[in-house]
Amino acid sequence: MSLSSPVRLFTKNVVLLFCTVIVTGCATNSGGSSDVIYDPNEDRNRKVHAFNVSLDKKIVRPVATKYSSALPDVIEDSIGNFASNLGQPSIMVNSVLQGDLQGVSLSATRFLTNSILGVGGLFNTAEKLGLKEHDTDFGETLYKWGAEEGKYVELPLLGPATVRSTTGIIVDLFTNPLSYAMSSPETYYGTLASTSAGLSARGRYASTIDSILYESADSYAQARLIYLQNRRFSLGDEGSFLSADDPYSDPYEDPYAQ
Amino acid sequence: MRNNITRRKFVALASSSVAIAATPSWALTQDEARNLIDSLVAKINSVIGSGKPEATMIKELQGIFRRYADVQIMAQYALGVDGRRASASQKRAFGKAFEIYIARKYGKRFREFVGGKIEVKSSRKTKVGYEVKTTASLRGSAPFEVTFLVSSKSGKDLFFNMFIEGVNLLLTERTEIGALLDRNGGKIDKMIADLKKDG
Repeated sequence: MSLSSPVRLFTKNVVLLFCTVIVTGCATNSGGSSDVIYDPNEDRNRKVHAFNVSLDKKIVRPVATKYSSALPDVIEDSIGNFASNLGQPSIMVNSVLQGDLQGVSLSATRFLTNSILGVGGLFNTAEKLGLKEHDTDFGETLYKWGAEEGKYVELPLLGPATVRSTTGIIVDLFTNPLSYAMSSPETYYGTLASTSAGLSARGRYASTIDSILYESADSYAQARLIYLQNRRFSLGDEGSFLSADDPYSDPYEDPYAQ
Repeated sequence: MRNNITRRKFVALASSSVAIAATPSWALTQDEARNLIDSLVAKINSVIGSGKPEATMIKELQGIFRRYADVQIMAQYALGVDGRRASASQKRAFGKAFEIYIARKYGKRFREFVGGKIEVKSSRKTKVGYEVKTTASLRGSAPFEVTFLVSSKSGKDLFFNMFIEGVNLLLTERTEIGALLDRNGGKIDKMIADLKKDG
């Protein structure tokens, strides 16, 4: 492959991406504000949730638990490091799009440090050196650009999301510069590594995920609430829960208040 | 003469205790809030580090909750608006069941914390008391934020809410109890029975 072809492909996709953004921008604007929970397609989402839970019960959970207990922690950590290192260029691109210079330098330094000193990303040398971790995605870029959160959706396999974050996931698939810089067999390493890292996480945090999926009275409502709170927290959009359920309101005044 | 002194002392003592009693409940200081969480975190760290079996950990956590958390206000908030139609005995029964439920629920997740550590980072004043931010570092994951809300409105310095990476414990439990009520046709007694076997 010549060098110009991946660059051209990348540019083409970036152009495509802007078209997508404009379209979702309009679509999400009609989706109401990010007040508490906006889930007009709850019935459909609940069906997807039921599918996800049964998939987890039959396949993902058993495989992940075995996988996580069969592999030594060191190897599991290495796979996780490798997958997260491959995600750094994408974080860098999004930091550029957000005009976040510190984020750009953090993700670039992390990528270089772990790729070179951390033997191709197998070791998280950057963390050992005390480098702060920066994480972002195109969903956050959209948030920074002022796109509304949109409807809540539960995606097959991937779980809880919003219209805005789903757009982000799709765009991120196409804008990771690494997938254009590498030829085809290597690109699968990344996919494989992130799948493995996902399995590791499912295995390692089994009890947390189990407690949501299998031990709560309404796992759909619980997953939705936890996802939305956590997502808004990581975006710094914490004001959104304040209107109806101010977490700093005083429960001592009237704990039974709505 | 001796009597006089004693009487004076008594009066001084009495007035000072009145002063203590009259001290507004929000007079918790930032240092006190921070110390409370410091000592809570030290307790949790020692349980995590002890390597004891899960059942023992859950027992110890229940003790920690009783000492450091205002579980009763948590229970009342979790019951929410349905608490208004609950009888006094239902409220008591629910409070008891909730205390065991919450210790079991969070105690089961202690396994993930083994080998980890929690550190107090910062604190600031809020409407009700203080907010104390801590960082939890667990093996193989980026450090995450656990925030405690502390108040002395119950008469003691206790934490009444906790956020793990933005996830509000009170809100989560209100959703859970609400769903349990729905599952039991809105009947409070049946919900309490369910909570007892469920947690």
